[in-house]
Amino acid sequence: MPTKPDTDAATVAMDKRAEDPVEPETLVEIENLEVHFGLRGGLLSRMTGRGAGAVKAVDGVNLTLRKGEVLGLVGESGSGKTTLGRTLLGLNSPTSGAIRYRGEDIAQYGERQLRPLRRKLQMVFQDPHASLNPAMDIRTAVGHPLIIHNLVQDEADYEAKVVDALERVGLTPPERYLTKYPSDLSGGQKQRAVLARAIIAEPELLVADEPISMLDMSVRAKILQLMLDLKRDLDLTYVYVTHDLASAKFFCDNIAIMYLGRIVEYGPTEEVFADPKHPYTKALLAAIPEPDPNKAVPRDLPRGEIPDAARPPLGCSFHPRCPVALAGCGWEARDLRALLERRWLEMPVEEYAKEKALFADLTALGEPEVTRLSIAPGRGHTQEEVLEYLRNLREEGSAAQPREPFWSGVVAMQAEGGHVVLEFEQSRDPRLRLLPETGVQVACHLYDGTGDE
Amino acid sequence: MSKQSGSLRRYILTRIALAVPMVFILLVLVFVMMRVAPGDPIAASQGGKLSAVELAARRHAAGFDRPLYVQFWEYLKSVGTLNFGTTFSDNLSVRDVIIQRGGATLSLSLGALLVAIVIGVPVGLLAGRFRDRGIDVTGRLFAIVTYAAPAFVLGLLAQLAFGANGLGLLPTSGQSSLLVGLNVPTTTHILILDAAIAGDWSAVGDIAQHLVLPSVTLGLIIVGVFIRMIRVNVIQTLQGDYVEAARARGIKETAVVTRHAFRNALVPVVTVLGLQVAMLLGGSVLTEKTFNWPGIGQALITYINARDYAAVQGIVTVFALVVVVISMLIDFVNALIDPRVRY
Amino acid sequence: MTTTDAAAPAVPAADDAREPVLSVRDMRVWYGTERGPVRAVDGVSFDVRPGETLGLVGESGCGKSTLGRGVLGLTPPGSAVDGEVLLRGTNLVELTPKELQKRRGPELGLIFQEPMTRLNPLMKISEQFEETLRTHEKGLSKQEIRERSLEALRGMGIPPSRYENYPHEFSGGMRQRIMIALALVLRPAFVVADEPTTALDVLVEAQIIKILADLRKNFDTALVLITHNLGIVAEACDRVAVMYAGHIVEQGDSREVFANPQHPYTKELLRSTISLSTTGLHYIPGSPPDLGNPPEGCRFHPRCPVAMRGCAVVEPPEVRLRSGVRSTCWHQAIEVDPSLADELGTDGREPLAAVKEISVADEA
Repeated sequence: MPTKPDTDAATVAMDKRAEDPVEPETLVEIENLEVHFGLRGGLLSRMTGRGAGAVKAVDGVNLTLRKGEVLGLVGESGSGKTTLGRTLLGLNSPTSGAIRYRGEDIAQYGERQLRPLRRKLQMVFQDPHASLNPAMDIRTAVGHPLIIHNLVQDEADYEAKVVDALERVGLTPPERYLTKYPSDLSGGQKQRAVLARAIIAEPELLVADEPISMLDMSVRAKILQLMLDLKRDLDLTYVYVTHDLASAKFFCDNIAIMYLGRIVEYGPTEEVFADPKHPYTKALLAAIPEPDPNKAVPRDLPRGEIPDAARPPLGCSFHPRCPVALAGCGWEARDLRALLERRWLEMPVEEYAKEKALFADLTALGEPEVTRLSIAPGRGHTQEEVLEYLRNLREEGSAAQPREPFWSGVVAMQAEGGHVVLEFEQSRDPRLRLLPETGVQVACHLYDGTGDE
Repeated sequence: MSKQSGSLRRYILTRIALAVPMVFILLVLVFVMMRVAPGDPIAASQGGKLSAVELAARRHAAGFDRPLYVQFWEYLKSVGTLNFGTTFSDNLSVRDVIIQRGGATLSLSLGALLVAIVIGVPVGLLAGRFRDRGIDVTGRLFAIVTYAAPAFVLGLLAQLAFGANGLGLLPTSGQSSLLVGLNVPTTTHILILDAAIAGDWSAVGDIAQHLVLPSVTLGLIIVGVFIRMIRVNVIQTLQGDYVEAARARGIKETAVVTRHAFRNALVPVVTVLGLQVAMLLGGSVLTEKTFNWPGIGQALITYINARDYAAVQGIVTVFALVVVVISMLIDFVNALIDPRVRY
Repeated sequence: MTTTDAAAPAVPAADDAREPVLSVRDMRVWYGTERGPVRAVDGVSFDVRPGETLGLVGESGCGKSTLGRGVLGLTPPGSAVDGEVLLRGTNLVELTPKELQKRRGPELGLIFQEPMTRLNPLMKISEQFEETLRTHEKGLSKQEIRERSLEALRGMGIPPSRYENYPHEFSGGMRQRIMIALALVLRPAFVVADEPTTALDVLVEAQIIKILADLRKNFDTALVLITHNLGIVAEACDRVAVMYAGHIVEQGDSREVFANPQHPYTKELLRSTISLSTTGLHYIPGSPPDLGNPPEGCRFHPRCPVAMRGCAVVEPPEVRLRSGVRSTCWHQAIEVDPSLADELGTDGREPLAAVKEISVADEA
């Protein structure tokens, strides 16, 4: 395993790309971008404006977008993909970090400074029904950006540009649509009108947030094809935000897989799909239902669900669900609670009650970021019994197939002053690093040389 | 279980804590408002009647020549002890005025609220349940008419129909017959309660009769809002996803309608109900006037006309406090019935 | 619609060994609208056997959700159902609302698309279980109710410690598990799942599909799984029925249908689905017809790449193919029974002159 620090590897790759004359120019560069949202806390904090903490919707993201590229931001709900897409266009203000559009850092721009740029940066939303004002006819709606950015001389010029945009998105003959209202159009037609509005001011970059997921499946391919045609004709660059890996695979040149505000894997789409590296990417790919009769339901799905973004797990956010997690992936007290709950789900009520009685207070196990856990034995039980129980669990878990990864993170477990004390391995945040001899960056300890111990 | 009730308790405690700054801000507002009026209150109420020297003496006695912050401190103290001094115009204890008149207004308001609930809730629920059928059409028409009719028109109509000149069934003026009112010993200042406590059942009957027309009049004015709101809520919840899901589990239709649709439809009504009570306490002046009801709304108007600064300040302050308390109670009730509010 | 069982004797009816739980014959669901009646489901027949999962697929508006709800008698006011819906021999269409209500729950279950809004927000999970069990199994003690509910929840991976929680304290995936547990606690013989995973994330979707797939094994439940996602059908269903404009155009073993789709609509649908193996975009021109005024003949003919002149005039019969798959298309009908060609008329087998230009104007 190479032990070179990740920063070096990344810079080397960057330099190599920059020197390459065939490589198209960089359009947008995102550096250490963070977007935090104040949490809607309890009543008191809401009234006093003092936050109950923050959700790190985007938590340190680095991306490079080249002219003409289609970049996919892929993730499940709560992954921060939509926030990242919106922030790119200045629709959310970043907490820190840089967004360089053609070298100009627009991260801290106000609305007035952003306005001239908005013409070049457009957004297409998921729900075409909600993105068109029901009281505006298509002529007014599609031509709106022309007025906002003062791009037309007279009425005839306006009309000509709107007609051209409608033709480009396939709403032909345009005369038929100019006076229609959104309610007269089908879902696919509405999304075409939304695309017409997005391209009319001749943008450079289009962020499309799930542009096809609300459409009927027979229309999806049509809209995707239209977006490809527009890109070719108008020299567009796309950021495609989606939870649908299948369409991303077809549509994107590069893909960034996001989990809980961070990018866990980032690289050329082909490479990522051909040989997914991150355990999360692997799980996602395995979980997609395919209309192939010879593929069965995967039996080894990641357990649980996406954790609460307000209280993310320590270390790698995916570690509680990861089947191959290592000692340093961020194990903590909450993971023991999850382990016990999973175990107890499988057993008859009486046995479950017996085991549960060993613990005085399970809520204490639910606190986040506890790496030295002190467990009080339940009434009528001693710390030795609890220790014995946990030791048995460890033995079982280590012997199980597949092995329970939790126990690798427990460095010490002993009885101490009436309690059982568990100490966890120090957690390390995995950083995105370029894998040698590939174009793929992965944030996982399996690949950063720390997993060999 | 303990977790839930604990969070409810925490919710109530924080809610009470938060009411403190709210009350303070309101008191500041009242204090400032009372002082931006031109001239000083003594001159306004007694100007022309007293000599300049006497005016100055009165002003000094009332403390109006002291710095504002001292006056504000005095005001806060008066609120703390609920002792608002005496009225300028008729030399009564402001606190007594508020308690006596407030008792009358409270019984009228509660009576009206009772009428509104008794009519509004069932009509609203049924109108929503049987949408576009007879009960719904009638209920909606009724709601519009009562909502649109001004208080004194309804009141006068009621007086004409049921009063001495009409059917002669019900008294149309005052809280009680004269002697009855004087003979009831005062304990709560709510006359009907006092009569009941004293065990004087004929007095209770007399007072109840007096209460009917004003309560119905005032109740009808606000019932329209209830009917329409409950109806819309019922229609919405009946189309709700969990109602369909309950049907799909084969829950009996009556249970679906009552347990799932009606109950959930009534949750937002609590808020409106509370706001209506707050409005009734201050806004029933017209009804009080029509029925010669000795309520606080009438008193406030009288004192404003008399430029009785002390009385107005006292009454307005109490109004403000009552509104804060009611909005707090609304929040408690909401938290009690809707678990989502507690977080 | 008639079924020509031309090849039937050649096919051993292996899957017919068990009596169907649900047998639907020529079922129709009509909606009254301002523009006249709309036939959302128009003469549909299928069987579901114990432990079998039937996938119901099609574009939105093809009537698949209406069909699912129609079976349970949950179509909205202003609609009518006729035909036969036989649940173990009883025709549900003829039952009174009250009798039907008693069967919903213990015999017929329904799982919905959007779990977030399907639980009453003011009632604890425990209360919703108690209500359900009390309604249908009178005489259960409080302790029994609790045990039954906890057992159902544990089967879905919800720990007993969450029994007294309110719905808003659960994630979308957990609420869907609770909804499934709530449907299964009465152990219905037949369950309709209407797009149960559409609102969920990829991994949670896979977990739910796994649960549904286990359901038929563990409880012998007959399941109709309504979805627009062909991938889910391929992974979780034994048989599949493809719906188009209120008709079932093809039904049969799901492996067989996906491997060798017969009906042109099924073929087009499979081709236009974007999957991991998609290398080029394909789509069906036009959009599904207005069900208030469906086209003459085969309803798919205006969009069909292989339509014949006769397809625009005469409705095709359903035929059973050698594989056991049933298809409603003239091409297969003539293949199975060449004599049927006469019904199409003299030049009925000529290609339909240039399927008329279909522009975006007709797009869905």
